[in-house]
Amino acid sequence: MLYIVLIPLLLACTIPFISKFKHKLHTGIPVLLIPSAIFLYFIRFVGTGFEPVRQSYEWIPSLGINFNFYLDGLSLLFVLLISGIGALVVLYSIYYLGRDERLGHFYVYLLMFMSAMLGVVLSDNIFVLYTFWELTSISSFLLIGYWHFKEKSRYGALKSMLITIFGGLSMFGGFILLSVMTGTSSIQIMIQNSEVIMNSPYMPLALGFILLGAFTKSAQFPFHIWLPDAMEAPTPVSAYLHSATMVKAGLFLVARFSPIFSGYEGFFIIVSIAGIVTLCWGSYMAVHQTDLKAILAFSTISQLGMIMAMLGFGTEAAIFAAVFHILCHATFKGSLFMVAGIVDHETGTRDIRKLGGLMTFMPMSAALALFGTFSMAGIPLPFLNGFYSKELFFKSTLKLPQGAHPVTNFLVEAIPYLAVFGSIFTFVYSLYFLFGTFGGKKQVDKLPKHPHEAPVGMLIAPFVLVLGVILIGLFPNVFNGTFIAHAAEAVAGTTIVKEITFWHGFESTAFQMSLVVVALGAILVSTRRKWSKVYSFIPGRGSINHIYDAIIAKLDNWSTKMTTFYMTGSLRLYMAIILSTIFLVTLGFMLVTDGLTIDYSNLAPVTVTEIAVALVIVAAAIGTIFAKKNLGAILIAGVVGYGVSLLFVIYRAPDLALTQLVVETVSVALFLLCFYHLPNLDNTKDPAGTRLTNGIISIGFGTLMTLIGISAHSSDWFGTISDYFLETSHSLGGGDNVVNVILVDMRGLDTLFEIAVLGIAALAIYSIIKLKMNKGAK
Amino acid sequence: MEFIISILAGILFATAIYNLLQKQLLRIIIGTLLLSHGAHLFILTMGELKRGNPPILTEGVSNYTDPLPQALILTSIVISFGITSLLLVLAYRTATENETDNMEQLRGNDNE
Repeated sequence: MLYIVLIPLLLACTIPFISKFKHKLHTGIPVLLIPSAIFLYFIRFVGTGFEPVRQSYEWIPSLGINFNFYLDGLSLLFVLLISGIGALVVLYSIYYLGRDERLGHFYVYLLMFMSAMLGVVLSDNIFVLYTFWELTSISSFLLIGYWHFKEKSRYGALKSMLITIFGGLSMFGGFILLSVMTGTSSIQIMIQNSEVIMNSPYMPLALGFILLGAFTKSAQFPFHIWLPDAMEAPTPVSAYLHSATMVKAGLFLVARFSPIFSGYEGFFIIVSIAGIVTLCWGSYMAVHQTDLKAILAFSTISQLGMIMAMLGFGTEAAIFAAVFHILCHATFKGSLFMVAGIVDHETGTRDIRKLGGLMTFMPMSAALALFGTFSMAGIPLPFLNGFYSKELFFKSTLKLPQGAHPVTNFLVEAIPYLAVFGSIFTFVYSLYFLFGTFGGKKQVDKLPKHPHEAPVGMLIAPFVLVLGVILIGLFPNVFNGTFIAHAAEAVAGTTIVKEITFWHGFESTAFQMSLVVVALGAILVSTRRKWSKVYSFIPGRGSINHIYDAIIAKLDNWSTKMTTFYMTGSLRLYMAIILSTIFLVTLGFMLVTDGLTIDYSNLAPVTVTEIAVALVIVAAAIGTIFAKKNLGAILIAGVVGYGVSLLFVIYRAPDLALTQLVVETVSVALFLLCFYHLPNLDNTKDPAGTRLTNGIISIGFGTLMTLIGISAHSSDWFGTISDYFLETSHSLGGGDNVVNVILVDMRGLDTLFEIAVLGIAALAIYSIIKLKMNKGAK
Repeated sequence: MEFIISILAGILFATAIYNLLQKQLLRIIIGTLLLSHGAHLFILTMGELKRGNPPILTEGVSNYTDPLPQALILTSIVISFGITSLLLVLAYRTATENETDNMEQLRGNDNE
């Protein structure tokens, strides 16, 4: 399975070469083979006797990070969606994207996403899962910003990335907590040890972090705001990432972890509220949109909310319905996105106010949209899969688990009504989408292009999806037994046997709810113009988007202010800041960890000679500061160097002393050479304040170094490794001067590089002197 | 004695940094020079001072000073020599190109 996951990524490397020939061969055609092959590979797992498959490949075993792949029913459902819808989307994109677009980029991003998404749903290792998870965010960012010359695309791309990566990081925090609690990085082992997690005091924190990741990714209220802006992406991307697959990653995550958390009442409360609020808000807002894709975006938000709510309910019926709806939603919403893309492509606009009456021009698209929208609306017809899942949803809202917490009991009462409310608006926006585009008066004169039916190739992909809608609608139990049940089982942990039936009789409450939805929905559709004023009160002018924009603007502002505060262009200031930071952090750390030790026991005796030399060095070093002339400063600095070489002699380091003497002499000569060319020392002094600060910084830093030196000498944490060199210098290095043997033999490679550094410095010096910067240079 | 050398290294560091924070290029280069001297003495005190003979193996002697700091310092002396000469030439060139060696005037422009 490792290869299957990585194949799209590996083959993406060949795309830049293939796309060179895009005028002869549309890049999408070879790309189409990849998801098709993956789909065929996984379709063979579908069947009544499916058993989970495990495969492991070591990656970083020492950290417990391995490619542990685990294919169970839930993963199977997702990989089939990813590869199946992926294939259809690529097919559709061949007709949607012209050959003058940057096809290479598009397909590389798309394949990158495919790999990442397959990785997310197949990984059993949380850290690998997280890696792939962020990769989906990045590829989504790239795809939304595909038309990067559009301001809105860039805005949408950034927004989606900021929100989903924020959630991703928080999820990562949750993962780390979980792995610390259980001592493993495998999700399956965590599920087996769920009691350890439930008993841990950090459990609510881990749950909250993980849910934040899931809610941002799956565009749950109030994080849904990125999804409508993500619609700036090319339509195949919206159909693929932002309705069928990526936005469901959050649902996948909740489903994956629900065996661990489902016993916890907080899980029910948070997830159900988030889901049901998102359902209502998304469907309510969808009716207010004028852009076809924006309607679909809010509709996706509301449908995701509905699935999220069902996962929160946690009953067997609800989980089954959730899994079933993931499949149904992918089919009908995918086809609707593609139809919206066709309308955009053939008329030049997606503004529903300009569209209308397209039925006569585009009968095929209209028919496809009809099935898609009716299924989405949940109209009770036996060949629409959306009705079945809607019915299962209603049923699950009626049988909610009772809990101890008063909020739970309130939710149990309220959720059925909220479900009906959300579904009514679902019905309204579905029909609004259909009739606004294809029904009503023709307004051809308002369209940028004269509308006509799309090419057949473009209709194939939505047609296949609509066929899926109908087939699932007609034979739900064929799909049920072979893989829906397996997927539900993977989430619920127990075997779920459910028959999906169309007719439950008039007494069935769920059916009555459906009837209420249809009736009230129909009334609201026909009177939409009269009540649409309500949108000026709710949401009115304030919205979550404003909050987002304000936060981004503030952050921008603050960081600019911060940066200009210290990035003044003055190197001296940078130097001062860096040194003070080193000083404060190191000293602080030394005091906090009690690192300051002074031990008088093991010291060399003090002699007069050494003291005298040291005093000379000190005097010279201080003298460099007060020297008034170039020449004086250089010579005084030379005194320091010679003093140090004297110390080397005293401390039995003959090689050092010799080298230092030579180097010091050459250095002083060099200084003197340059001295003629440098301007004389400027004797105007800095203001007293600056001098005081500089003085404090330097004295502080010097003191710090002294303290470190004394502490290092006084503490004996590690034994010396020098004995090795002394012992082996003769036998291994064949030399008696140990320092030389270390340099040229034991650490010979270091010395080689050192020579290289000197060579480069010499070259640089030569070229700096010779280089003629401009004609005026001397 | 180790403490005294530590203090000496500290003083060298302090004067070096004071020079580094000056506005004239020549002083800054002198600052780096002093900084490397300070660092060398600092490394030297990490081993023990004056215990045993110079680390040149001789018959009958078993007590030597620590050779490792010396090897490190030797490397450092040579590298800091390279740096000092490069800095000097760079300073010379900068001063002649820009007709100033004052760091306050040698700032980047606002569009950087």
